[in-house]
Amino acid sequence: MSTDTAEKEIALKESEALLSKRRKKLMTDPLVDDNPITIQVLGICSALAVTTQMQPTLVMALSVIFVMVMANLSISLLRNKIPTRVRIIVQLAVVASLVTLVNEVLQAFAYDMYKELSVFVGLIITNCIVMGRLEAFALGNKPYDSILDGFGSALGYSWIILTVAFFRELWGSGSLFGIPIFDGISSLFGSDFQLATNGLMVSPVGAFIILGLLIWVQRTKTGYVEH
Amino acid sequence: MQQSNAYIITFSIILTVVLGLLLSGTAEVLKPIQKKAEELDTKKQILGAVIAADEIDAMEPEEINTFYQNRISSKVVNIEGEEVEEQDGAQVTAETIDVGKNYKKAPEDRLYPVFIFQEEGNEDAVASYIFPVYGNGLWDNIWGYLALQTDMETIEGITFSHAGETPGLGARITSTDVQERYKEKSIYDESGELVSVVMQKGEGKDYSGDPHKVDGLSGATITADGVNRMLKSYLEHYKAYMEKNKEGSSRMASN
Repeated sequence: MSTDTAEKEIALKESEALLSKRRKKLMTDPLVDDNPITIQVLGICSALAVTTQMQPTLVMALSVIFVMVMANLSISLLRNKIPTRVRIIVQLAVVASLVTLVNEVLQAFAYDMYKELSVFVGLIITNCIVMGRLEAFALGNKPYDSILDGFGSALGYSWIILTVAFFRELWGSGSLFGIPIFDGISSLFGSDFQLATNGLMVSPVGAFIILGLLIWVQRTKTGYVEH
Repeated sequence: MQQSNAYIITFSIILTVVLGLLLSGTAEVLKPIQKKAEELDTKKQILGAVIAADEIDAMEPEEINTFYQNRISSKVVNIEGEEVEEQDGAQVTAETIDVGKNYKKAPEDRLYPVFIFQEEGNEDAVASYIFPVYGNGLWDNIWGYLALQTDMETIEGITFSHAGETPGLGARITSTDVQERYKEKSIYDESGELVSVVMQKGEGKDYSGDPHKVDGLSGATITADGVNRMLKSYLEHYKAYMEKNKEGSSRMASN
């Protein structure tokens, strides 16, 4: 787990712009340069499991964004009150409660998604990205900065799993958001022309391959090397 | 910063109470909505055994409710195939029976709901019979609804659901193309023996010529075995009811 950004308690000026350079960096860093999935390689479990289709992936991404922003905010607000010796348990309790909330709401308003995702929504609790940001950032920074940091990290997670899901659903099922794309293309060229789907993409192996390619492309561009 | 034990304990108690109230509060508020969503889902599963999945997807929740009300009638039977209207002084209806709870009892003590799909516009004409089935998959329970044509031996359609099978492997029992494989299969063999329909090991073979076999799920043999056991056992349990209600089947007629 990379905790490089961790203990940088940054001295704040009296009135900092709502989206100052430093704050923008908090949000944009996790998108590429410090991406939780491709650079820190965290949260892989759910990234592999939910990405067979776009729709559940989108719901999962929104859930993670909600949980991370709210968890970062709550922990940051309580940061001077939380007893150091039980802080991990406190973080866990807060995250678990938020995740349970998400699960209850899904069960009430999006039952199909709930059925498909419930196990994985539950697993957000153990998603290292969430706990990692709480421990590394929210415990030592002010609420607003923590919200930005949580939002940025969650967004970094989201765009990666959405990209993976895009290719997996397109190549594996020939559709996007359940809308058949391959059938549409085939019908343009007459009945003899058929685009084949790749069964490998539907299985978790497909996610590994896409994710591996993504990491490769990204690291070639940024020149990032693990040390 | 070093806090006293008293502080830590007080903090933990307050946190627990606050989070507890928050969660139980939301659960209480959302419960009626969740219950409605769950009932709608059960109706979708029941209807899924007799009408195509994309047709159901196209329907609004209210449409599903009215369709269900107009076309499905239900009754409860026991293992002898006799209709049950009361148990322990309380009235029983098929919709309120928890098949999963009944599954824990001995087969003789269970109540078995039967859902009857009626012909459009004619309440007395049966289009097909839908039987709930329940069993164990690899990780958790699996269940489904099996629809038989009026000859009580040809499968009209089937839906499966699961609580925790592996996505991409065992969880594929919920996909339409797997469920399609059961269509038109027969649960009785030539000699009139109840043989059910058995999902085979391995995947990719063509079983269209064999009325008692369907193609398997690659990598999900234990789930498939669970499905096979579930179908076989529940067909046995419903056998008495089926015998009583079957119309002259095509096989019987040709004999």
